[in-house]
Parts: sequence; structure tokens; C-alpha cells
Amino acid sequence: MKNIWTIASRDFKSYFFSPIAYIVTAGFLTIMGFMFVNILSYFINQNMRSMEMNIGKGASITEGVVSQLYGNMNVILLFLVPFITMRLFAEEKKNNTIQLLLTAPVTTTEIILGKFLSSMLLVLVMLGFTLIYPIILFLTGNPDLGPIFTSYLGTILLVGCYLAFGLLFSAMTENQIVAGALTFAFSLFLWVINWASQLVGSTWGEILNYLSIIRHYENFSRGVINSADIIFYFSIIGLGVFLTHRVLDSLRWR
Amino acid sequence: MIQVTNLTKRYGPRTAIDDLNFEISKGEIVGFLGPNGAGKSTTMKILTGMTSASEGSAQVAGFDVFDSPIEVKRNIGYLPENPPVYTEMTVEDYLRFAARLHGVPKNQIKTCVSSAIEKTNIGDVRKRLIGNLSKGYRQRVGIAQAIAHNPKVLILDEPTVGLDPKQIIEIRKLIKSLGGDHTIILSTHILPEVTATCERVIVINKGKIAAQDSLSQLTARVQHVNTYKLITRVISPEALAALKAIPGVKSISESLSKTENELSIEVLPNAGDVRERITEAVMARKLGLLEFTSQKISLEEIFLQLTTEEKL
Repeated sequence: MKNIWTIASRDFKSYFFSPIAYIVTAGFLTIMGFMFVNILSYFINQNMRSMEMNIGKGASITEGVVSQLYGNMNVILLFLVPFITMRLFAEEKKNNTIQLLLTAPVTTTEIILGKFLSSMLLVLVMLGFTLIYPIILFLTGNPDLGPIFTSYLGTILLVGCYLAFGLLFSAMTENQIVAGALTFAFSLFLWVINWASQLVGSTWGEILNYLSIIRHYENFSRGVINSADIIFYFSIIGLGVFLTHRVLDSLRWR
Repeated sequence: MIQVTNLTKRYGPRTAIDDLNFEISKGEIVGFLGPNGAGKSTTMKILTGMTSASEGSAQVAGFDVFDSPIEVKRNIGYLPENPPVYTEMTVEDYLRFAARLHGVPKNQIKTCVSSAIEKTNIGDVRKRLIGNLSKGYRQRVGIAQAIAHNPKVLILDEPTVGLDPKQIIEIRKLIKSLGGDHTIILSTHILPEVTATCERVIVINKGKIAAQDSLSQLTARVQHVNTYKLITRVISPEALAALKAIPGVKSISESLSKTENELSIEVLPNAGDVRERITEAVMARKLGLLEFTSQKISLEEIFLQLTTEEKL
């Protein structure tokens, strides 16, 4: 545990020694702010119109703003996470610093978990800034706390999957661009994999539906915590970590 | 302290090291000597757990490299060919990280780091970013990193590369002073380094041990003959024959010119001292002695002999 924290804290600090942390966070918050303003004004317009035309209540603030906002946040993170993970191993391999880690009395699992934790911490910092939006909503309206909480939980688990595969691709190459591009392509593919479910038979369709990482987010966005979804995300993260472990071990055998 | 048995490493069809056997006892400073690509780095990488061997076993500080790698790594300080430094960190932060990573308890980190800084003489850059340091300083930071956790075994892969002559002398002094408490293996293809620091040499060539001995014995082993260089103003066939006739002289090779004649006289080592008889022969014939020197065989020549002997 101590070793994991030693590695995680160094990597976390090093995000802030380079421009990466600032640029990714700034980009993320700019787009998030832009989206929040637009989603909110659209929601207000729609509600005003339905009130004028007296056709009952419009969409709730949870449906109209919260789930929209966090659904879109997941897309932005899909784009940004590769920039966070691509350096983790690729840079160490390029600069030979990986030798320091591999010859230190720490296990491969500790190295991987340390790196995973450092990137997760950066994502948590980014997500921390977005708490301003629910605060604004609570100050001006009365949204449900449940869906907001579960949206964050679901997002963290979903991002965990991106991070795990980001680690894997970063461990496979010493070229950061290659690592980033593979991470993005693969995460996007896992996202849209269920689009093919209509093409294939019903059994395969169900499998593809199950494999799509965004499908498991839907419950969270509605405020439902389903243990099956949590288990799914943890298995995907575990798979990524396991494969990264194999890749790093293979460095020793080569 | 270090025991290597039948160690073999293959990269695909290429055999990097082939059936290595050696033993290093506590406090020894041993030099790995060999041309580029001889397998020095590979052997070191196996000892540090960076790479695994294809066959054979290696033990460091009583632990097997393959069965208990964590214990082995705890006892080793390693400086790879390129110092593994994070360019975005300051020297002090980096050394603190390296010490923590090697399991130095929190309350001892400060002392360990400052003593490593002091020993490697990098106190004046301790607050600076490693990325802004010159190659020599980075190399010394790399050495500081290796000794920060006070390991029993130090493995240094070409430790003086990129240093200026003054620093090289300092680092060699440092390595020498670390011997005794630490067992040290250092690899190099710079021969004077071995003479300056090591007590024992293991010459590796093409993945095999070509020789392993103390320096003096290694010299004696290769030195079949003593060679003298003689330069005279004139030379005559008669004089040449007379020199050849001196008992113990094995052969004479000559390079003649109008103004100077250079003779290289090889003498059998068991012939005793023949210098007086050579000078007498030269003086008696009034050849005009310009220079008469004894040519000691250098480590370079030993190295070349050891690493080319098999091929020829």
C-alpha cells in the first residue's frame, strides 16, 4: 500500500509539473461550462413554453439537465482521458526511468495500481470542479440528489475503464501518441460496440449490448445503483490491469 | 554475496550470455570488462531483476533472483547505462522518491538523501530540476540514487560515462571508498577505470567469460615476453646478428630509416635481465644510442589479447 502511494503521489505531482494537468482540466471545464449554460437555457426555454401553452409540466430538472450534463461529460472524458494516460508508461520507457521502477523492491501490481491511482486522482480533481453545477442547480431549483450522486459514481467507474485501457496501451509502446490514439479508439469502440447488436443474432446482440461500457451507465444516470453494473465495471478495470501486468512482465522476458 | 551459476540468456536465436559462472564475495570491487555487446549489461540486468535469464541461476545477498526478486532488489543499488532520472523533478525530490521506493523508513530518508548528495558531491544543484543539469551531473544523480538506500550490493553500468576527467577521478575515488561496506560490480570498456578502481576483473567476450582474475595475475598471464624498444642512429647487419645472438632474445623486428633505426626486441621472460648486454653490444659497435626503453604490456593489450585470442 505504501509503495502504491509512493508511486501514485510522484506521478500525480508530475502531472502538475508539466502543462498536461492544466491544459486537460482547463479544456474540460471550458467545454463543461459551455454545455451547462446551453443545456440549462434550453431546459428553461422548454419549460417556459410548456407553461405558456399550458400543456402540463415539462421535463424534470433531473431528466432535462442532470442526466444531459453528465451524459455529455462522459463523452468529453472519453476524448480527454487518453491525454492523461498516454504518458504513464510510454514516457517512462522512453526516458529509461522504467528501469528505476522495475529494479526497485516493488511488485508490478503495485506499479500499475500506483499509476492507476495517480491518473484517477487527476480525474477526481477535474470532477471536483464540476460540483459547481449541481451547487448552482440546488441554489436555484430543487433537483434530486440521488441521480447526481449516482451519475458521479457511474462516471468514476466508467472513467476507470478508460484509465485501465489507457495504462495497457501506454505500457505497450514508448510512443505517447500511439498509446493515446489506441486508448481513444479502443474506448470509443467499447462504447459503440452495441450498435452492431441489430446486425447479429439475438444471443450475440445481447452479448454486444452487455459489453458496451455506456449501457451500464444508464442505470446510474437514472439514480439506480445496480450491483451488476458495478461488477461489470470492476471486471473491465481488472482486465485492463491484468493485461498491463502481462505486458510489463513480458518486458523482462524479452 | 553474489553467485552466478550456468547463467544463459538468449534473445531469440542470439545468445547474449552463455553459461556464465562466477562468484563475488562481500566487499569486493569487481570490474566487468568487455567490448560493446559482450553481455555485460545483460548480466547486470539479470542480477537486478530487470530481465530474466533463459537458464541457470543467480543469487544476491543469499536470495535467489528468480524466487525472491523483491528481497534481492531491496539489497541492490543499480545505475543503468542511462541514468533513470525524471527530468521534471528536482534532484532532492528525486532522491527522496528513490529512497522511499527502495523502502527507506520515513525518519531516515532525510539523512540518507543528504549523505548520498554529499558523497556524490551534488550539493550545489540539489534544488535544481534534473532536466536542466548537464550529463555529468545527471550521471552523479544516478549514482546518488543507487547509493541512497545504502544497499549491500551496488551494480553500476558504466558509471563514469559522460563525466569530465576531474569528475571521473572523484567518482572512482567514491567507488573505491564504497568498497568494503558494499559489494560493487561495475562494467566498463574503459580500461584505466579497471586499474584505478577494481580488485578483480571479469573479462567477458561474446557472452562468455574470457578471463577472471586479479589484475596483477591477469597481467602476468598474458605477458609471455618482455619487449624493449631500441632506437639507434645507424645499424649494420653484423650488429643485428650480434643482438640476436644474446641469449634470451627471442626475435627482433626492425623499422629502418636513414636517420633513425627502431628495433623492437622481444625477450623471453625467463631469460633474466638482458638490458646490460644489449647496451654493451650497441656501445661496442658505436651505433649511436638514441633511446632504449622497456615496453610494459598495457591493459589494453591484455584486453585485446584476451578478446581476440579465440578468434585467431
